[in-house]
Amino acid sequence: MAEQGKEFEMHDRITKIQELVYELTVGEVMSSTVYTVKPDQTMVELRRIMRDKRISGAPVVERGKLVGMISIEGLIKALSDGDMAAPIRAKMTKSVVCLYADERLVDGIALFAKHGYTRYPVLDRNDDLVGIITKGNIVEGLLKKLEIEYQQTETAARNEHQRSSMKMFFEGLSADEISFAFTYRVAGQTLQGAGNAASDLKHALKKLGVCAPLLRRIGVATYEAEINLATYTQGGEIRAHVEKWGIKVEAIDNGPGIPDVELAMQPGYSTAPEWVRKLGFGAGMGLSNIQKCSDEMELKSSVPDGTRLTMRFYYLN
Amino acid sequence: MKVNDLAKEFGLDVKTGLSHLDREVTGGYVSDLLSDVLAHADEGNLWVTLHIHQNIVAVASHKDLSAIVLVQGRQPEKDTLNKAEEEHIPILVTNLSAFELVGRLYKAGLRGVEAHQG
Repeated sequence: MAEQGKEFEMHDRITKIQELVYELTVGEVMSSTVYTVKPDQTMVELRRIMRDKRISGAPVVERGKLVGMISIEGLIKALSDGDMAAPIRAKMTKSVVCLYADERLVDGIALFAKHGYTRYPVLDRNDDLVGIITKGNIVEGLLKKLEIEYQQTETAARNEHQRSSMKMFFEGLSADEISFAFTYRVAGQTLQGAGNAASDLKHALKKLGVCAPLLRRIGVATYEAEINLATYTQGGEIRAHVEKWGIKVEAIDNGPGIPDVELAMQPGYSTAPEWVRKLGFGAGMGLSNIQKCSDEMELKSSVPDGTRLTMRFYYLN
Repeated sequence: MKVNDLAKEFGLDVKTGLSHLDREVTGGYVSDLLSDVLAHADEGNLWVTLHIHQNIVAVASHKDLSAIVLVQGRQPEKDTLNKAEEEHIPILVTNLSAFELVGRLYKAGLRGVEAHQG
């Protein structure tokens, strides 16, 4: 299992990068400061430019249009041939492979793999030179983007942390016992308006600063409990207590009670009437959903007096 | 992919929630059992169903889903629309069957959760 977990993690990370190379364009990562040379300049001049600008290659531009590429290899060859007086035109590569600024980065990477050049000129759709791209630019662009996403996640996590400060709220208060109680009445034998208690409670708890993941669990569990009250009973109450340690939600009714609690807890077991099933409820999943969402659950019932369902949710650390 | 993109791409009729269509869709879930959706749909999922009553909005809201799509041209009840407006849940309608719609969504790159434990 551990191995499998690792594999998933790897897989996730790869897709993140894959996502980014599809998201980013060549124009976003390219370097837009380009040092160009003219075809009539000599190789001696090229050497001076390369040294002064600390570059190892440059696009060759004539009357605004790209006509070739010259790199340090061309310079070395000219040096060893003793041909430094020659114009760049004679030494440059004329069949230039270009990229367009609006192309996806993934296409750019494919080009690097295909041709093996170290830099590619970048054109706009008017074929004007707008930048240059190297593997370094791509790595830098990806890192920047990853960093931005990382920071966004961090900020989100920090906000989450601030909102989950219920514990601190209670620690700042002094009393022998403190709790906030919310009571909602739920009508029985109808699903009209069923779910209002759960959604009202959720909004109230949100205002108190309960964090989103906990809020979602409480919302789902309370909703299921409320649906049960509406479906199977003559009506009842949802009572929520916000305490120091966490939140307790109870669903209480006055009958008819559950004859076999153990059986009722089994996923898929249901005694729901037809009208309830038609609405998409009564699949026998409610109680097991509640169990999954809550940290602790207790179901006490007696026929015909009624049922008390208690759910406990602890604050996250 | 955002709800808006899917609406345009698949000609979904937006019934409510026009101003909440810019949510990112994290995946999809198809079910007509509400408890099943409560148990297994993920935050930001698009939910495909044939139910039109207001309880679907509560389910979508509790699970923080990105939108509900009603299949086979089924029209949401008035209460459902009101509630959806309140809860900021977009409701969209397609004339396709669930199978057809989901097939197309999948082809467009939308995925469900692969396996659930328990």
